[in-house]
Amino acid sequence: MYEIVTKQELVPHINLFEFSAKEIAAKARPGQFVILRIDEHGERVPFTIVDVDVEKRTITLVCHEVGKTTKKLGKLEEGDHILDLLGPLGKPAEVEKFGSVLCIGGGVMVPPLHFQAKAFREVGNKVIGVIGARTESQLTFEKEMREACDEFYVATDDGTKGHQGLGFIKDLLKERKIDRVVAMGPIVMMKTVSELTRPYGIPTIVNLIPIMVDGVGMCGACRVTIGGRTMFACVDGPDFDGHQVDFEELMTRLKMYTPQEKLAFVFYEKGGRSP
Amino acid sequence: MSKPKPKIRKETVPMLKQDPKERIQNFNEVSLGYSEEQAVAEAERCIQCPKPQCIQGCPVGVDIPAFIKEIREKNFSEAIRIIKEKNSLPAICGRVCPQETQCQKFCVLGKKGEPMAIGRLERFVADYELQRGVTVPPRPESSTGAKVAVVGSGPAGLTAAADLAKLGHAVVIFEALHAPGGVLMYGIPEFRLPKKIVQAEADYVKRLGVDAKTNHMIGRLYTIDELFERGFDAVFIGTGAGLPRFMRIPGENLCGIYSANEFLIRVNLMKAYMFPEYDTPIRVGKKVAVIGGGNSAMDSARSALRLGADEVWIVYRRSRAEMPTRLEEVENAEEEGIVFEFLTNPRKFISNERGWVKAMECIRMRLGEPDESGRRRPIPIEGSEFVIDVDTVIMAIGNTPNPIIQQTTKDIQTTRWGTIVIDEETGKTTKEAVYAGGDIVSGVATVISAMGAGKKAAEAINEYLMKREKVNKAT
Repeated sequence: MYEIVTKQELVPHINLFEFSAKEIAAKARPGQFVILRIDEHGERVPFTIVDVDVEKRTITLVCHEVGKTTKKLGKLEEGDHILDLLGPLGKPAEVEKFGSVLCIGGGVMVPPLHFQAKAFREVGNKVIGVIGARTESQLTFEKEMREACDEFYVATDDGTKGHQGLGFIKDLLKERKIDRVVAMGPIVMMKTVSELTRPYGIPTIVNLIPIMVDGVGMCGACRVTIGGRTMFACVDGPDFDGHQVDFEELMTRLKMYTPQEKLAFVFYEKGGRSP
Repeated sequence: MSKPKPKIRKETVPMLKQDPKERIQNFNEVSLGYSEEQAVAEAERCIQCPKPQCIQGCPVGVDIPAFIKEIREKNFSEAIRIIKEKNSLPAICGRVCPQETQCQKFCVLGKKGEPMAIGRLERFVADYELQRGVTVPPRPESSTGAKVAVVGSGPAGLTAAADLAKLGHAVVIFEALHAPGGVLMYGIPEFRLPKKIVQAEADYVKRLGVDAKTNHMIGRLYTIDELFERGFDAVFIGTGAGLPRFMRIPGENLCGIYSANEFLIRVNLMKAYMFPEYDTPIRVGKKVAVIGGGNSAMDSARSALRLGADEVWIVYRRSRAEMPTRLEEVENAEEEGIVFEFLTNPRKFISNERGWVKAMECIRMRLGEPDESGRRRPIPIEGSEFVIDVDTVIMAIGNTPNPIIQQTTKDIQTTRWGTIVIDEETGKTTKEAVYAGGDIVSGVATVISAMGAGKKAAEAINEYLMKREKVNKAT
């Protein structure tokens, strides 16, 4: 059992949780993820690690309520427990001194990107941060990212704050010497970023979390095509070369259980079983 | 005047099974086991050979005639005690061992009729004990003070852990998934091996004094070297062969195409057959093709049928004779209406407009000369291609060894197939104080052979630890 020691609402339906998990906290690195299961009937769901606190023996996760499991998690409070927490999983992000690193994050992947941005700066990189969301009220971790970056930009799809869309990145790529790009967020966003950087030949790393079951390399549900080869995001990734990823296939595969997810959600909302 | 010799029945006492029409509607166990009377009647067939042949067929060396004799005399508790001297997982083995190629193969009754139903008798006494409460042997009086880490809680790991605990060592099992049992939990379906049986036998191992830590993935959370730093004196690796193989043919990543592992993990470990009461979904269409001819193929096909498929085919590139599966499971699958397409192999998968599989192009095969596995090599017959409509495909063409430990431990030597190199006699790897056994060494094999390997390694680990102890005391 793993206790929730802190719960904080970032924006409505997006919560930050600190879980008591001493062993994972001591080992986890930016880019890695955990698999959690809330209760005996629960599914196994991957979450990218947002931060660790070795002294407090906690790990931080951010959860956006979009379906049954995330809704169930959102209802838990400080002092509540979840049944299973497995990690750290996946290979850690490559954190070295590259020079200048452009970190682009979208939605609920901004908090875990912040974990990486801090690490990049710690080893002496210049970090340029870009965070985005659909609209201003959905932005998370703005203050934290601003502090972690040497240069910082905000973008929203509707233009309510900062730049509208990611088009301005083209100018950044033209004007600055950028040695590495890291993109974490919705698939469409990571695809857009990879297309923008491709003409400049800048190494672009994307963090992929497809549908997973075990998360330890056994099921192959998370298979992705990278440069024409099938790889498993859970053990070969989750970081991959964005210029090699078949994003279309990834998007199709992510929708594989949409009807079942809707059914589970309705079943849950109608009180099919108490969480 | 000598008594006339009683006539021995040539046939085994049959075991009741759920009716095929009924059982394809549920996930309950197919075989219903023996009653006391049936078990005793079957036990009476055993002629108690002075030089029993059956024992040599058992990888863990159970004293088979002795436990059968006790059943005959209705001393069921004594019968199970005899089995458990060698085998800590009898209710599991009684259900999933391929007895026809092991102990029963050597039974002399098999020469003129059917061999003794050793597996059914083992299952009977194991269930008898589980229903009445399991006796746990007393812990050894003094602990040896040595600590052993067992990585993986499948049949090899559970067996090694149980044997080491009985010898007085402190044992910790590290399991990556959320429940102990390995392939017994995630791979073998409820209708063949109920999960409460697996948990009961894993529980027995814990009650021997073994600490089982779930949600601990060695290689990521701790490396093998870090286990030694944390105070372990020896390590047993039983991480199994859990990495699914794919054919690398066009369209294999379409929606609706599963590895057998994914399909079975969803159904068995996550109980997707009870969705939405359980949260993990599974999607099975109407026309299902399972590719492969092993136990996972049978298990996947029979699960798909129970999940509502109209038609289920097993597509296998060789013929019936080469199928690497338990005979009983083929019979069960046929009874349930699974259709076998032998000498057939898929070439590519065809997509609908939404990225889902809608058809599969296959080619007919013929058998050539035997290959390194000793089975005749399948050869495609060019020009024999044909297309069948399918909406779900399950790839059950085998698994390769889990690679994480080997990738994160430099001094453990592996073969080019990714299996760990060991000394056959002891299970010792190329790294000091590290032993390995089961599918991680042999590639995909049987539950009982993994248990045999776990047992052998436990003996060698014990010897290593005791020798070290002496050296420590002397210095």
